[in-house]
Amino acid sequence: MDQFILQILNGLDKGSAYALIALGLTLIFGTLGVVNFAHGALFMLGAFVAVTMSNLLTLSHKVVDNTRTDFLGNPLQIDVPYIYDFFGQVAGDTIIDWAVPISIVFAIPIMVGIGFAMERGLIKHFYKRPHADQILVTFGLAIVIQEIVKYFYGANPIPTPAPEAFVGSFDFGVLLGFDPNAIIYPYWRLVYFFFSMLIIGAVFAFLQFTTFGMVVRAGMADRETVGILGIDIDKRFTIMFGIAAAVAGLAGVMYAPINSPNYHMGMDFLVLSFVVVVVGGMGSLPGAVAAGFMLGILESFASMSAVIDLLPGINQIIIYLVAIIILLTRPRGLMGRKGVMEE
Amino acid sequence: MLGLEKKDFRLLLIVIGLTMFAPLILNPFPEGSEMAQFNAGYPDLMQRFVIFGIFAIGFNILFGLTGYLSFGHAAFLGAGSYGAVWMFKLLSMNVLPAIAISVIIAGLFSLLIGYISLRRSGIYFSILTLAFAQMSFALAYSVLTPITGGETGLQLALDDPRIFGASQTATGNIPVPALFGLEMRSSFELELGSWLFTFNTGYYLAAIFLIFAFYMSIRIFRSPFGMMLRAIKSNQTRMSYTGLNARPYTLAAFVISGMYAGLAGGLMASMDPLAGAERMQWTASGEVVLMTILGGAGTLIGPVLGAGMIKYFENIFSKINETILHSWFSFLPDGLEDFVVAMIYPFIGKGWHLTLGIVFMLVVIFLPGGLVQGGQKIAAFFSRKKPEDAKPNATEPAE
Repeated sequence: MDQFILQILNGLDKGSAYALIALGLTLIFGTLGVVNFAHGALFMLGAFVAVTMSNLLTLSHKVVDNTRTDFLGNPLQIDVPYIYDFFGQVAGDTIIDWAVPISIVFAIPIMVGIGFAMERGLIKHFYKRPHADQILVTFGLAIVIQEIVKYFYGANPIPTPAPEAFVGSFDFGVLLGFDPNAIIYPYWRLVYFFFSMLIIGAVFAFLQFTTFGMVVRAGMADRETVGILGIDIDKRFTIMFGIAAAVAGLAGVMYAPINSPNYHMGMDFLVLSFVVVVVGGMGSLPGAVAAGFMLGILESFASMSAVIDLLPGINQIIIYLVAIIILLTRPRGLMGRKGVMEE
Repeated sequence: MLGLEKKDFRLLLIVIGLTMFAPLILNPFPEGSEMAQFNAGYPDLMQRFVIFGIFAIGFNILFGLTGYLSFGHAAFLGAGSYGAVWMFKLLSMNVLPAIAISVIIAGLFSLLIGYISLRRSGIYFSILTLAFAQMSFALAYSVLTPITGGETGLQLALDDPRIFGASQTATGNIPVPALFGLEMRSSFELELGSWLFTFNTGYYLAAIFLIFAFYMSIRIFRSPFGMMLRAIKSNQTRMSYTGLNARPYTLAAFVISGMYAGLAGGLMASMDPLAGAERMQWTASGEVVLMTILGGAGTLIGPVLGAGMIKYFENIFSKINETILHSWFSFLPDGLEDFVVAMIYPFIGKGWHLTLGIVFMLVVIFLPGGLVQGGQKIAAFFSRKKPEDAKPNATEPAE
């Protein structure tokens, strides 16, 4: 039983990442009808916003410390981050420690901007082109973004630690009446889960309870009629693209401490996220979220040693296997709408 | 000639000429000269040109004609090379049975995957093929280790049975793949002045297969079957209203292109007898998509050009480092030299993927017909003498 709960918890954080990326993909697909293969690259860019943030905060200058000497007898030079000069050492350390959460604030405008630029600069011209062309051009864009990041940050993963306060694990076992240490779960993953729930909730609330969201939903259902009513739906869809980019970016920012970012992390997630979107049903937002969590949890169940003993290798293929079964039995995915991507 | 129209026969002759004289054409610079690093006429790279050319030709039969974008074609190539290596282990080091079995295995494998995946179209089809390929990759990497060699890949060993050949050579080495005694890696070197040309057996074997594959693809393109496949691309609904079931045609196209991939895999294993799971990964599938689109999907020669270009970039372009760049621009004043090198450096050498991505995007945006279309546009620009050149497009077959 405790193993069971542990695996559900383990699945939640990966599921959250899948759900967030799939949510963004579905937003873009549902509004603009574009299959965005560069979405994984946006996720990766988000993670690198966190990396850049912690690099910027630790940007330092050399100060000569005359009280100490190095092994050659010269006065010791020590690196002092500029941030110490502004806020003093204690506050500076705290800020550096909290680099990842702080970068959320910066990631939102950056990612929205990148989203706008992508949509206006490139994807706008591909609305009327076949889906295969959209896939290909965004695939090319993903390669370009990856290579640019690789040029500036190198090919190795860059460790980006979570704040000191979230290091360590939470002992769920005690809470639920099991033995201590039976179910332990890192704090940061818990944070990630709640953070993603918050974002998912915010996106849904935005679409459901604001006038803007209502117009966007109307546009998703029937773009032409909304246009005829005199509403500039393209502008709103561009904004939705920015939001979708921001969602992917935030997912990336918060994921940086879980997995050290490297330039191809986006592609690794993208493939799975596409499977998630298709399983959830192209164009269905709740479907994408549900499928994201479902597949994340299934994946961690499949990596239980009891399951692996029974079906060796199942942990590697479970997501694809589920995707194949669902696509063949429910052609539109779990909650797909009729007539989406069926031409 | 050979059942081809005059234009196609000329194209075939050009391809035959290019492949047969490739060792000469690809080595235009004398040995030891400054430009010798741009020579692509060494056996390893030439073999890759033709093998990936075959792979891309096959992929084009599926994607170029039917419009079904498969993101899992590398699985067939991987399956083919596993099959070939197993033949080397069990039967003998003769390449013919190995290549035959690789085509058969890839054909069966693609029949299975195609039968399931082709129930869906569009993005669903892409995802299904991707899922199958990733599954094959994951399984080959982990559970199927007894068959596939897992992480280390499938390699030949001294104690393999090889019932029709020797387990080991007289000197105690693993025998090398050969065609009735003609070793694949054996080469004939021709020195002409300061030029050095290498004629490699393995390359010529692969080139003959490429010519055959190219000929078959012309026949398919011009056949009623090819017309059916184009009909599927242009309007599947209309096709089914006329009483034709599209599924058998798409499945046939899928299996044919899978067999091409298997042939490429078998040849790859014949040149270098080992097979690894990473050949099945989806990035490998993405590569063949890039090749086909870059060259021109739906055109005959395009995929071969695309494959050649990407492999050339990968092997030649990526070797240019900063020192070489500095030596090229050394005629410039110092500050300008550093600036120019700094501007160019991100795009070449290790950053060649960036150039590839940009070129690929430009091709998709401006030249949906790939480099071939670009060539045609340039040709049309220079030969635009007659004003009535703009023929009504309606008479052209929809491609």
